[in-house]
Amino acid sequence: MAVAAPAAGHGHHVHPKRAAMNRVGLWLFFFSESIVFALLAMTRFYLKGIEIDKVDQALGLGITIILLASSVSAFTAETAIEHDRRTLASWGLFITIALGVLFAFGVAFEWYTAEFTKDSAFGTAFFTMTGMHAFHVISGVFMLGLVWAQLLRGRYSSKDHWPFSGIVMYWHFVDIVWVFFYPALYLVSTPK
Amino acid sequence: MYAATSVAGGLGTGLISFYIGIAITAALRAAFGYNAWDTDLNVTIGFVFGLIGWIMGIGAWGSWGREWFGMKTYARKAPGWQRYFTFCTDHKVIGIQYLVTFMIIFFMAGLLAMGIRTQLAQSDSTFLSNGQYNAVMSMHGIMMVAVAVAAVIGGFGNYAVPIMIGADDMAFPRLNALSFWLVPVTAVTLLTTPFLGGLDHGWTAYPPLSVFTNSSQTLFDLAIITFGLSSILSGLNFIVTIIYMRAPGMTWGKLPIFVWAMFTTAWLALLYTQGFAVALFMIVLSRVAGLSFFDAAKGGDPILYQHVFWFYSHPAVYIMVLPGLGVFLEVITHFSRKPLFAYKYAVGGFMGILGLSGVVWAHHMFTSGMPNYLHGPILVTTEMISIPTGLVFLSALGTIWMGKLWLRAPMLFALAVLVNFACGGVTGIFLADVPTDIHLHDTYFVVAHFHYTIVGGEIFALFAGIYFWFPKMTGRMYNERLAQIHFWWMFIAFNVTFFTMHWPGIEGMNRRISTYPHSLQAVNLFISISAFSLGASFIPFIWNMLYSWARGPVAGPNPWRARTLEWQVSSPPPLENFPTPPVVRDHPYDYGVPGSVHGLFPNAGAPAPAPAGGGGGGQ
Repeated sequence: MAVAAPAAGHGHHVHPKRAAMNRVGLWLFFFSESIVFALLAMTRFYLKGIEIDKVDQALGLGITIILLASSVSAFTAETAIEHDRRTLASWGLFITIALGVLFAFGVAFEWYTAEFTKDSAFGTAFFTMTGMHAFHVISGVFMLGLVWAQLLRGRYSSKDHWPFSGIVMYWHFVDIVWVFFYPALYLVSTPK
Repeated sequence: MYAATSVAGGLGTGLISFYIGIAITAALRAAFGYNAWDTDLNVTIGFVFGLIGWIMGIGAWGSWGREWFGMKTYARKAPGWQRYFTFCTDHKVIGIQYLVTFMIIFFMAGLLAMGIRTQLAQSDSTFLSNGQYNAVMSMHGIMMVAVAVAAVIGGFGNYAVPIMIGADDMAFPRLNALSFWLVPVTAVTLLTTPFLGGLDHGWTAYPPLSVFTNSSQTLFDLAIITFGLSSILSGLNFIVTIIYMRAPGMTWGKLPIFVWAMFTTAWLALLYTQGFAVALFMIVLSRVAGLSFFDAAKGGDPILYQHVFWFYSHPAVYIMVLPGLGVFLEVITHFSRKPLFAYKYAVGGFMGILGLSGVVWAHHMFTSGMPNYLHGPILVTTEMISIPTGLVFLSALGTIWMGKLWLRAPMLFALAVLVNFACGGVTGIFLADVPTDIHLHDTYFVVAHFHYTIVGGEIFALFAGIYFWFPKMTGRMYNERLAQIHFWWMFIAFNVTFFTMHWPGIEGMNRRISTYPHSLQAVNLFISISAFSLGASFIPFIWNMLYSWARGPVAGPNPWRARTLEWQVSSPPPLENFPTPPVVRDHPYDYGVPGSVHGLFPNAGAPAPAPAGGGGGGQ
């Protein structure tokens, strides 16, 4: 996570507003990333309007529920570490990672079974948007794994858990992107 | 040798990772029954691996990456000049790294411009083949765009902003070092494009050509996406720094005007750079994965690229010009020895440009075939931008008015910005108006216009800033006589070259083409000779910089008797800038106001070095 870093380099004193700076920095990063996603969504509407090709509605709803559920477990984990409940935090992270991996496999299955191809405007937009989002999910899973590994080795406490909170914020962000992408790809009109 | 081990480590891990990426891709392709070698795909994956390897190898692993795996971090403590070749997090080191890197790129791109003008000196020249001309022209374009985007922001922004607001460093020092060390990758990748066939689409990379052309296009896309990442991350860093790291008393109304300019620029970089990245990402996907964004036969649309691309690339000109205007106002007020006129209006002007820049992009597309209903609104918003820009000019003119101008090199360059940028603004009106633009589009009139705004506006401000902050950065004073020779030579040669260039443009001479009608031979020969003279004008500059950095007279902490905080510490400032933390009381530009003090050092044993002059002439 690029911006989730405490002061480095000279490092002998910490700025009094360090926590706020980290959070604002991360929010700015999300703001910036959301423009990437917004441009990709705009591309979809520019090329294809609200037209929808044959997407697998059941699968789409399923992976959406999985991803939303993973945000709940991530939130549980963060709240748990804020109260020094390490076991609950560890389970929360594990469930989040498992749901994230499940989501990624869901997207892969969707790609594998899709009835449209990349040789159409809808297919191009669909594969780009889901692919870009899945890339963020996978990178999120990777970072959650790093945090989980350190949690198991005894790092983080109610007083020192910024990397933990940062990655959970990132996970919520990736989730919220899907809240916009799901209707844009599955729900904006009835498939022909 | 810390420097050698650091750079060699970065290059080594970078190259090894690059080849590992290529090998993995080739192996996977072979395993799934494809042809093992697909240049675009293999190079793309290799590039991603190589980029990570280089960043980690240059020092990010030791001072950052180890932390992700729960290990202790360390930083190379290199002495003296060797810091410049390590993953150093000191903002002053990073500022100089940026500045020197981009000056080198600037002169390389300048030599390419000499190549272009050699070709165009005669209408039927065979100095360059068509393919070579395209490659030279494209490389000149993209390298100069990179210089314009990053030289002032990365150089002076990093160097001066934290000191001017009284901070000890940027908010995210490691992120800052990362932003810089992405730049050499961009530069090297761009410089290798000729080995994969050479670019042939200008810096704008319009499809469908950019989808079907040779593989150098993929390298171009990857390089620029990396550069965009660097730009976004440093924008983010500036915003957080300016919000949170200001010294006590440094309220928003007392920020130096350059810091305001950098603040608005940082928002532009954070909000718009994605446009270029996404546009090029779509081209990479079209080339590597065969997606059909731009293939009309499969439901795509090439105009889509232009919308997404210009969504960044028009705000990009403000990313280039706003920090330039900040340096310009900063120098104007110090060298007029007067308070900055209409300070709040100038800040409002920057804000207005920030607000309007996102709704003018389609004026680059009046002849592209986009829907007609966009023409009118975009024409109006484009011309509206002259209002906030006018406020900045108002501020500059009001400051000069009745001032005691101190005509040293920084001030001369700042005054040249006033003249040049006004000319660029006036010619811009013809390009914003749809009827005249349809005639002038894609001609040398456009080339003359944007060289007046970007070179005349920003690059002159860059030189103003270099001369202004040179004593602060190096601790030594440059040679004023050589600087004045450089100024007058560059100013006259620049204006002769580019003012003349409007004429073949109006006559319809197309840009980006290696030949032209024989009737325009004489004027083009004249332009070429002037351009060679412009190129030669940098010789006194280079000599002056190199010699003065090594042997110049010691400048002292405040040779300009300026009031802003960076001049209240020694030259160059110590690590973490302020031996005792500063407190800000009055406005930074209250020259001649009795009793006004900008920076105080309440805990210092002795008074601050060289208190700033209260008023009066500079001589």
